[in-house]
Parts: sequence; structure tokens; C-alpha cells
Amino acid sequence: MTVELEYNRIVEALPQDLASCVIAVENHGLVIQPERIADIAAFLKVEPGMELDYLCSVTGIDYIRYFEIDYLLYSLKLNHRLTLKVRLTDRSEPTVPSLTGLWLGAELQEREIFDLLGINFSGHPGMKRIFLWEGFPGHPLRKDYSHGH
Amino acid sequence: MAIKTEPMFLNLGPVHPSTHGVFRMRALVDGEVITDIEPVFGYLHRGIEKLAEGKSYRQFLPLSDRLDYVSSMNNNMAYVMAVEKLAGIEVPQRAEYIRVIMAELQRIIAHLLAIGSFFNDMGTFFTPFFYMFIQKEKITDLFEMVCGQRLLYNYMRFGGVSHDLPPEFIPALTRFLDEMPAEIKKYERLLAENEIVLARSKNVGVLTREMAINASAAGPVLRASGVNWDIRKDDPYSIYDRLDFTVPTGTNGDCYDRYRVRVEELTQSLNIIRQAVDGLPKGKVLNPVPLRFRPSSGEVYSHIEGNKGELGFHVISDGSDKPYRIHVRAPSFINLTALRNMLIGWKLADAIIIFGSIDICLGEVDR
Repeated sequence: MTVELEYNRIVEALPQDLASCVIAVENHGLVIQPERIADIAAFLKVEPGMELDYLCSVTGIDYIRYFEIDYLLYSLKLNHRLTLKVRLTDRSEPTVPSLTGLWLGAELQEREIFDLLGINFSGHPGMKRIFLWEGFPGHPLRKDYSHGH
Repeated sequence: MAIKTEPMFLNLGPVHPSTHGVFRMRALVDGEVITDIEPVFGYLHRGIEKLAEGKSYRQFLPLSDRLDYVSSMNNNMAYVMAVEKLAGIEVPQRAEYIRVIMAELQRIIAHLLAIGSFFNDMGTFFTPFFYMFIQKEKITDLFEMVCGQRLLYNYMRFGGVSHDLPPEFIPALTRFLDEMPAEIKKYERLLAENEIVLARSKNVGVLTREMAINASAAGPVLRASGVNWDIRKDDPYSIYDRLDFTVPTGTNGDCYDRYRVRVEELTQSLNIIRQAVDGLPKGKVLNPVPLRFRPSSGEVYSHIEGNKGELGFHVISDGSDKPYRIHVRAPSFINLTALRNMLIGWKLADAIIIFGSIDICLGEVDR
């Protein structure tokens, strides 16, 4: 059974400077300061006892007040998992550091979010649309996108 | 003296017979050797995740069939399980067993198609493919018995499955289970030790264990690289914790290992189905759930071991009768991440085989 890591245990394990960038502990994950997400993920990837070495899924959601990105991480060795979340309030140019430096697996998933939600991942090697064509107006998964029906 | 060559840009697809759908590769080749490659897709993008936001939970169900259209039963199962978790819907035991039987039959179909088309790519033009198609048709007949459909089943429901098994189903399934091992032996005799197969797939397109984990590969692709990770075992859902089966893994992570893992999974799926048929309880198959219902606001991530890897549904509710957001963790899509690393340095003819060994379905890649 894949167990959900206890959030409080993680917050205690984080070094001082990283613990300060955990904004909130919620039912479904840890909310992290967007600009520090890559640092936290890099720590959790190698820290003994965490070893979250597998980036399973990246989801982008438009909650209107903010964009949220959920990163679901697994440890294949220890069989546990954890969700990290970042929230971006800027609607005109939302930007978050890319995790492609840590996991190649983020590459296509971040491009998907860029394409459909218009969120920029800084440091991504090829940030361009993936499903829709260049010049497509808007980002369909935004809630204010009008699809003309 | 080395011959001076010039890099050449070569376009494969989007309608190339070996791309299994509308998929395009922009390759940079030096002579015959690939030096860089960029996969291009989206030709089949139907905006399924966007469409979901305008439909009720129930109305989205037939769309889930259309993700990976050769594993509709699994897609159905992953989606209904996610919504059941979100809304707290109970499923009768008989329905759980039926779901597992259907999911494993579907896995056999998908793996037969994957193996068959893999050999097609290798140049054995349609002979192995049609041997496998004979068996695939028998499963399709079984599916037609239970739900009247042969490709997109829309069979599962929140709280169970749409129809109970008809009386002729179990005898027909037993016949299939009895003859399938001999068929697998036949494929093995034809292909497993075939010299051409070995020469063209052993040590070709190696995906190392580290790279497979780093690139979020899943399913047979991950297991062929030596990682023992199967959601059915490691995070059991439905009735899998009561069933006895093993998880085949490879060692080299080459094309041959990926093919071997799939062949061995066929036998494991047959084992699972036999156990599920033996243990099939009596009772109802569907708990009544209203056509439109309002799960309380919240989110859920639910996953199953799909045919191509971890198939997950991230469903978010805002308390209304329509999902606020549905995100599909599509294994075909994410398995493509490692494609570039696997192809660089190989000859163009090998690229076709390596791509075929990943086994993708464009309906799921593009969504």
C-alpha cells in the first residue's frame, strides 16, 4: 500500500531555510512558496527517509483567484507519496521554476500546462506549446477562456 | 579516410504506418544515424479535459473510453474509481470481481496489439499480428456479450457495472482461458528465440533504470528497465490484494525486455482472471446512484495500473454536479518523455522499433 507521508513529519525534517517556505499544510498536500519549489523538491528527492525519486504527475488548475500546480511525488523504494502545491496569483504572467533539472519526467507535463493554462516554467529547455499550434489564441483550460459555444 | 557527411533533416509522419496514429518525429540524421529528434503531437487533441468541465460526472464516462481506445475498460475503471472515492460510493463485491475480469481481458487485448504491432514494425508484415488478432477477436466477442459494444464499451458505472454477466459468458470465457496458454506458446515458438527478432531488439533502445525513473516512465516500460513497480501490487485497489500473481520485470531495459514483459504479463492476466472467475460472488452488480449527484467540494487522485502504465485521474469538485477539473495522468504521454534519449545514436530503422516498443496510443497522448 502506498502510504501518504505525514506532512508534519516532513516540515520537521526540513532545514530551517526550507521550512520557512512551506506556506500551509492542507488535507491534500503541502503548499510551497512558488519560487522555492525546486529547492524543496531537490531536498526531498535525496533526503534519507523521504527519497521521493519519482515525479508521478503534474496537474495545473485554474481556481480563478489563483493558479495551482500539484506535483505528485512517489518514493519507489519506500513506497510512499507526497503532494506539493504551488499557488500563483499573477494572472498575466504566472511563472514558476521548472523541475526539469531534477526530473526529465517534468518536461512534457510542464509544456502541457504551459499550453493549456499559460503558466511559464522558468528554466525549462523548450517552453512551447505541445498540443495546440503556435498562434492559437488563449489557453483553453483557463476558466475565463471562451470556446464560442 | 572518414567520409564527410552533412546532417539532414528528415520528417517522419504524422501519417507514417509505424507511428500507430497521428504522430510526427522531426529527426536530424547524419547518414543513417539519428543525432537529434523532436516528437511532435497534438493532432488528435480533442480537449477532453476541457469538455469534462461542461458535463456532469456521468456524461464524462463515455469520453473516458476515448482516451486510450484500445483499453477502454481500464479507462472506465480508473475514472469511476476516482469519482467513487470522491463521492463515497460503495461498490458491490460482484461488480468488483467483474471489473477485474474485464480490466485484465482488456490488458490482454492491449498487450496482444502492442506485441503484434511491434513485430509489424520489425518487418514481419502482419503475420504475427493476425495470429494475435484471432485471440483479440474472441475477447471482443466476450465484451460484446456483456455490453453490446466491440470497441468503446462504456460498461462501468458509479457503484458497479451496467449489466450483469449473461449466462453464456462464463462458459465462453472458460473456453478462452483454456486455449490461450497454447496460443501464447505458439507465439513464443514463432518469435521469442527468432534470430532476426533477437538481432534487431536485443540491446537496442536501452532505457536504463535510472533514466526510466527520472523520466517518469511507467508500466511495462518501467518494469522492463528492472524496476519492480506495479500499482496492482504496490498500491492495491479493488480486489487485487486478494489475488495471487507476480510482476514480471526485465533486466536490460531494451526493446526485447519490453516485449518479454508484455508476453509474461499475458500469462499473469490469465491467472488473475481464473482466480476472479473462481471467486466470483453472487449478488447485485450495481448500487443505485442518481444520474446527477453533487459530491462535496474537494479533490481526489485515484490511480490504477493501466495497460501502458499508471493511469490516474485527478478529479476536483466544487460541490456542483459537474467536475471543476479533471486531469488525466496519461501513461502513453509521459512514457514519451524518454523517447529522445532512447533514439539518439540509433539508426533510423531502429528508431521505428524503439518507438514501437514503448507502445503508445495517440488518443491518450493527445487527449
